[in-house]
Amino acid sequence: MILTSHTDKDIKNMLSLIGASSLDELFSDIPKEIFLREELNIPRLDEKTLYYTFKNKLSENKYFNPEDIYLGGGIWPIYVPSVVKVIVSRTEFLTSYTPYQPEISQGILQALYEYQSLMAELLDMDVVNSSMYDWSTAAAEALLMSSRVTKKKTILIPKDLPFNRSKVLKTYLWGAGLKYIEYSMDQKGNIDDSILNESSCMDCAGIYVEYPNSYGYLFDGLERISDDIHRLGGLFIMGVDPVSMTILKPPSYYDADIVVGEGQPLGNPSFFGGPLLGVFAVKDDMKLVRGMPGRIIGLTKSIYDERAFTMILQTREQHIRRERATSNICSNEALAAVSSAVYLSLMGKAGLLSLAKKLLILSHNLYKRMISLGFNSLYDKPFYREFALKIDDPYPTDKIISYLVEKNILFGKKVNKGHVISVNEFHSEEAFSRLTSLIKEVVNNV
Amino acid sequence: MSRFKQASWDEPLLFELSDSDPMIHKEYKDEVSKYIPRKFVRDKLNLPNLSEPQVVRHFIRLSQMNYSVDLGIYPLGSCTMKYNPKICDYIVSDSFLESLHPDQPPETLQGLLSILYELSDFLKKITGMDYFTLQPAAGAHGEYTGVSIIKKYHEVRGNNQRDEIIVPDSAHGTNPASAKMAGFKVIEIPSDEDGLVDIKALSEALGENTAGMMLTNPNTLGLFERNILIISKTVHEAGGLMYYDGANLNAIAGVARPGDMGFDIVHLNLHKSFGTPHGGGGPGAGPIGVKSFLKSFLPVPIIEYNDDKYVFNWDLENSIGKVHGYYGNIAVLLRAYCYILLNGGSGIKTNTRLSVLNSNYLMSRLRSLRGLSIPYNPNVFRKHEFVISLEPLKQDTGVTALDVAKRLLDYGVHAPTIYFPLIVKEAFMIEPTETVSKKDLDQYSEVLQKIIKEAYTSPDKVKGAPYDTKIRRIDEAYGSRPKTMAPTYRYILKRTEK
Repeated sequence: MILTSHTDKDIKNMLSLIGASSLDELFSDIPKEIFLREELNIPRLDEKTLYYTFKNKLSENKYFNPEDIYLGGGIWPIYVPSVVKVIVSRTEFLTSYTPYQPEISQGILQALYEYQSLMAELLDMDVVNSSMYDWSTAAAEALLMSSRVTKKKTILIPKDLPFNRSKVLKTYLWGAGLKYIEYSMDQKGNIDDSILNESSCMDCAGIYVEYPNSYGYLFDGLERISDDIHRLGGLFIMGVDPVSMTILKPPSYYDADIVVGEGQPLGNPSFFGGPLLGVFAVKDDMKLVRGMPGRIIGLTKSIYDERAFTMILQTREQHIRRERATSNICSNEALAAVSSAVYLSLMGKAGLLSLAKKLLILSHNLYKRMISLGFNSLYDKPFYREFALKIDDPYPTDKIISYLVEKNILFGKKVNKGHVISVNEFHSEEAFSRLTSLIKEVVNNV
Repeated sequence: MSRFKQASWDEPLLFELSDSDPMIHKEYKDEVSKYIPRKFVRDKLNLPNLSEPQVVRHFIRLSQMNYSVDLGIYPLGSCTMKYNPKICDYIVSDSFLESLHPDQPPETLQGLLSILYELSDFLKKITGMDYFTLQPAAGAHGEYTGVSIIKKYHEVRGNNQRDEIIVPDSAHGTNPASAKMAGFKVIEIPSDEDGLVDIKALSEALGENTAGMMLTNPNTLGLFERNILIISKTVHEAGGLMYYDGANLNAIAGVARPGDMGFDIVHLNLHKSFGTPHGGGGPGAGPIGVKSFLKSFLPVPIIEYNDDKYVFNWDLENSIGKVHGYYGNIAVLLRAYCYILLNGGSGIKTNTRLSVLNSNYLMSRLRSLRGLSIPYNPNVFRKHEFVISLEPLKQDTGVTALDVAKRLLDYGVHAPTIYFPLIVKEAFMIEPTETVSKKDLDQYSEVLQKIIKEAYTSPDKVKGAPYDTKIRRIDEAYGSRPKTMAPTYRYILKRTEK
């Protein structure tokens, strides 16, 4: 495998034009004490050896069938249709850079515009950027943005977030020097009385709410929270699973200002958590649009009035605005956004509605099985594709989880006070039967 | 010089390809309402309904209207658009690998973790750093992580007043933006007449508020900071940390190491230096390396090897926290691992030498052209990239760097980075990379020569470029004006309805 095409003669001729006697001379301005004399000790493998070495290492992993995975919480096992794979393997998309020269990059620009447009409809929001790194960083940037837009310094975040997302939010808030208050929600969907009012929340830039919440449930009262925070001059920020948006009332219904979420389940494999697709959307309000992080592709025209696409509102971005930019983000997850555009157009409205309904029904069937095994639900609330069992009630959660790992099943995840169980499109009643009979085995032994 | 003509399909938007009825049928809502209360159930959803062939043709047509590094030279400065070896894509397209869930227990992932651990080891050798995190998803994300470590380092030592980050005026835009996001004030210092860090200006900027300095070496002019050891020493003596922006690592990999230059924190852009495809803007990967005294500040978890197995260590005393929901862009990291092994220590060094050769060769071919000048000490060798100024051309003809960039597209080659670094007027920042041949460079310089000649004879021709791309020159401002802005299809719809 030769990745460069210089012959010895080329090198000689090139050096001669440059006026250097050797390749080393080109590096003569590097101080001697730091110039590496020896080659780096890294082996070089030919393609075939590399292929088999890599595959051998991977064979040391244990792979779980997606129908035996009950994990979710932001990353869900999905079937990626072959069309999606074919399109994003197109070398014209795959090996292109950020479209800094739009005239020769209309393909990726339009593809990203399609993504933004499809996602805008799914969320019923007006402006979607062309991607953030993942849900966690999109949410973190939304919190930072709320402070920039409102000039306030305190953010309300849910106490019950998954550990990883919560940690990312807190890291970013600390970096930006913002304060946060962790709130909890009661069964009626009220958040702690003492928080959302004039006396304690005059400095609240925004409140972040996940919908469904991080245990999978739907709460009443989001309208009220939205009204309250708006009255106090803060922004209403929602975090969503975009697949659920096919069935659930969209964030616009709750008058959300910013919506973030994880686009992975729309056409991107879980791939041990990366690349993911951070979704970031705002409503049609120039103050919010101008305050957004990330690249936005827009419709424009050529000077000859042809329809065209280009990166718009670039004066928000780091390469122009430097320290006054809305974010430092440069490389994003463009190709994952293209995957989602292909996936959404391929599935179409009919396909998505049917997928969403399937997940809804599967999750309720699994829920019934769990209840009849004696487990208790964390909340008595409607849910969409995830629900949570009370921990160690009545059976020892960790013990069940580790027993099932031995039996090649990944039975959900502990998130704070709940054991969250998630369904995916590979699940079936057969898979559920296998799961329940194994659970019976373990609970009979404790 | 061959003639180029880009494919030009008159391809509508997906929404324009399909007649869709946004209403969700009552039967569907009734069925869903058996499970969740009606008030939560959505009424309208406006998405297209298309057949598979419609979707495929749509996106394949779009792909044909996109330039990429597999089509030709893509010499964007500081972007390192080198050829991406196919085996690296092929090897990670593995349905088992793709299906791994990040909440799967680490005991079941020994193969994957061993690869990631080994990748960190390679990166340590290449950079001379002691510990790595693979979590950041892009270069700027790595910068953010790095400056957060600087912040935490001073906080832990009770030096909260150290809230200033120094960056040269030639720095990438992400540097000041990342520092700002982590709550720092940005102190910009001017470059000296050789285009290097002005040691005097640096010394004056340093003080008890200095948290650190962000620097890329070679810098964005393609010049190696030959005083780097003095710079590091000066910053360290003032109590600051040195941060290495790895965007330009392709100039020195295998030849010199930031760890030996006195840098305390390094980020790498695996999608640049280690040949992973850039996907039209991402995903990338921006791992961070630190010296051992900063290990406890890394984001959690880091991968360690204990008692014959690979584990996640979540317990780092001073950790800044977490910067990504999971463990980073695994698919990109694995490609970079393959790239590194495919090249080995010897290949990495060769690539670096040839990238620098290519850059200096192209600069030498261009240097005598009328209409351009080489700012900052034209007789010093550049590294992987170089910057020319088209200011003389603009003065002579009115043709700008933007015009020349657009005209380049008509020859089926990509333009360089333009108007950057900001300290050079009408800048052309050119990074050919090692994977273009001498012939490619000869052609590129001939094309540029031809365009410059054209600018002197028929400037309007250059100003009207491009001609042979999918569309003619774009009106950039139109798309950003509130009245005409249409960031999603619903804006188009709204305006047609009016």
